[in-house]
Amino acid sequence: MAKSLYEKVWDAHAVRQLPNGATQLLIGTHLIHEVTSPQAFGMLRERGLTVKYPQRTFATVDHIVPTDEAQEPYSDPLADAMIKALRKNCEDFGVTFFDTDTGKQGVVHIVGPEQGITQPGMTIACGDSHTSTHGAFGAIAFGVGTSQVRDVLATQTMAMSKLKVRRINVDGELKKGVRAKDVILHIIMKLGVNGGTGYAYEYAGSVFDAMTMEERMTVCNMSIEGGARCGYVNPDETTFNYLKGRPYCPKGAAWDEAVEKWAGYASDPDCEYDDVVNIDAADIEPTITWGVTPGQAIPISKNIPMVVDLPEDQKGTAVEALEYMQFNEGDSMKGKKIDVVFVGSCTNGRFSDLEEAASYLKGKKVAEGVKAICVPGSQVVSSIAEQKGLHKIFIEAGFEWRGAGCSMCLAMNPDKLVGDQLCASTSNRNFKGRQGSITGRTVLMSPLMAIAAAVTGEISDAREVFGL
Amino acid sequence: MSLPAIKQVTGKGVYVPGDDIDTDRIIPARFMKCVTFDGLGEYMFYDVRHDPEGNKREHNLNDPRFAKASIIISGNNFGCGSSREHAPQAIAKAGFNAVIAEGYAEIFFGNSTQLGIPCVTVTAADRATLAAAVEANPEIEITVDVDALEVRYGSDSVPCTLREANRDALLNGRWDPIGDLLAGADEVAATAAKLPYFG
Repeated sequence: MAKSLYEKVWDAHAVRQLPNGATQLLIGTHLIHEVTSPQAFGMLRERGLTVKYPQRTFATVDHIVPTDEAQEPYSDPLADAMIKALRKNCEDFGVTFFDTDTGKQGVVHIVGPEQGITQPGMTIACGDSHTSTHGAFGAIAFGVGTSQVRDVLATQTMAMSKLKVRRINVDGELKKGVRAKDVILHIIMKLGVNGGTGYAYEYAGSVFDAMTMEERMTVCNMSIEGGARCGYVNPDETTFNYLKGRPYCPKGAAWDEAVEKWAGYASDPDCEYDDVVNIDAADIEPTITWGVTPGQAIPISKNIPMVVDLPEDQKGTAVEALEYMQFNEGDSMKGKKIDVVFVGSCTNGRFSDLEEAASYLKGKKVAEGVKAICVPGSQVVSSIAEQKGLHKIFIEAGFEWRGAGCSMCLAMNPDKLVGDQLCASTSNRNFKGRQGSITGRTVLMSPLMAIAAAVTGEISDAREVFGL
Repeated sequence: MSLPAIKQVTGKGVYVPGDDIDTDRIIPARFMKCVTFDGLGEYMFYDVRHDPEGNKREHNLNDPRFAKASIIISGNNFGCGSSREHAPQAIAKAGFNAVIAEGYAEIFFGNSTQLGIPCVTVTAADRATLAAAVEANPEIEITVDVDALEVRYGSDSVPCTLREANRDALLNGRWDPIGDLLAGADEVAATAAKLPYFG
């Protein structure tokens, strides 16, 4: 019978049915970080359990690391305690840790792919909702809670109920200035922040076929913002070319065998989906958010919706969002003065994001009064960017060039908005208070649009600013 | 490792208005700088309850009339965003042991079940009725009946839904699956052996 990738991967990893009807699912690769794992290790110790397959768990530190301070102890004692706890847990239980002195540390969803740990046909779990990123490789990757981190550590499995699969086809050619970030913001705008509840998203069609792996990662990363616990792209030559030669990938004859197996995980052409959505690439514009959920988004050329025009069930949150954002319904987002620009995160903190940002920033200056920071997603990204001189372009333009981490995506380190600052951000969440100030305001956008905002000092249409 | 069966939860309710209430709102990230879940209850909905200066805002969660509440009533897509288990942990540690909402984000729902917190779903109309009933009489007794799939309040009731696997897990004291997962160790090894990458 024809099957989707989701079903094939699920079937290959389904261990058995549990008494309550859920499936005990083998998790091939487990990624951990300092925020959601210490309690899980604590639970193991309480129960006298150990890590069952330590070679299948990989750790790094990302959420709390300061990006302007490399020396330990960190000035924040809580952050310092967290990195030391992770280091000790990894030592005690024999888990590989991409620590800050390895040259490989970074945001967990950037580290996994760049080390070649993330591979097609795997099941992946991590105590972080943006684990969906790894679906770009044709893996089934779930964000989980800490008790499930414990489950995976202790048994390499977790209890899961099977999801439905929605195929999202985006066909045609993207317009000038439209990037992967715009594609996923458009999808979430159309299907809603809970439209994906109960589904895995399969992204397909000519637009995703043409995307690089880094672009596919940007899209899959934000699946969770659309309510889908995981999202994936079927593996193809682009996937295999990206992985070839990476440290944790098979070599020699084993590589050829792996590629053959990986290709076989792709959805069969005649498989059935629980739902299919078709989107015309030509309908997608540079897209930004105006509210406090990633679904409260508009094409840059359109105005913030009038509340009266919204569906009944969206009016309440729209009113709440407008009040919080200090925007008026019907306003254009263009021309709104920004205070901060953040380029980084597991959504848009990879080398190609920084490279594109730098290409538009070159020879220009960050507008006066705007604080702009660029936070590479990993030490590897940072190192490649510095080899190519990108850091100089950022610094000369007036950006701060930082160390690797999650930084101002969720502001668990010292990088925070102040007061009601408005931030043009390449991250994934515009929730109230998300960027570290309880009145701080976030506008999500692509790196290209963020650079347009940086140089003009206001929300802008990058196509106009850069003559695209 | 036997767990208590959770057939029903009874208590007083508090209405937390809004849709798409994300887990950052339930527990802001700055309170996750910790290596245990102890003490999180104090920070549940902290920025919803406090203004930037730390003064208490006008909110049901600060209203003494609802101080005894142990059941949260809220809107659609409750618990969206971050996978942080700190959110249901904070809810539990603040003394809540059930949620009634129009819908839940997937990860929050799973995390809550695993902690033995039933999250039942009601229609928007029934949510409004329940919220109004609690508002009118904060002392009204609410029962979330996991077995009968209904929410009783005073002498009335409304139907609710709960995914069957999660309902079964609560009813049969299997909401924390660790025991069952450990018991499958041999089958796990057999499944892993068939996957070349597993090593």
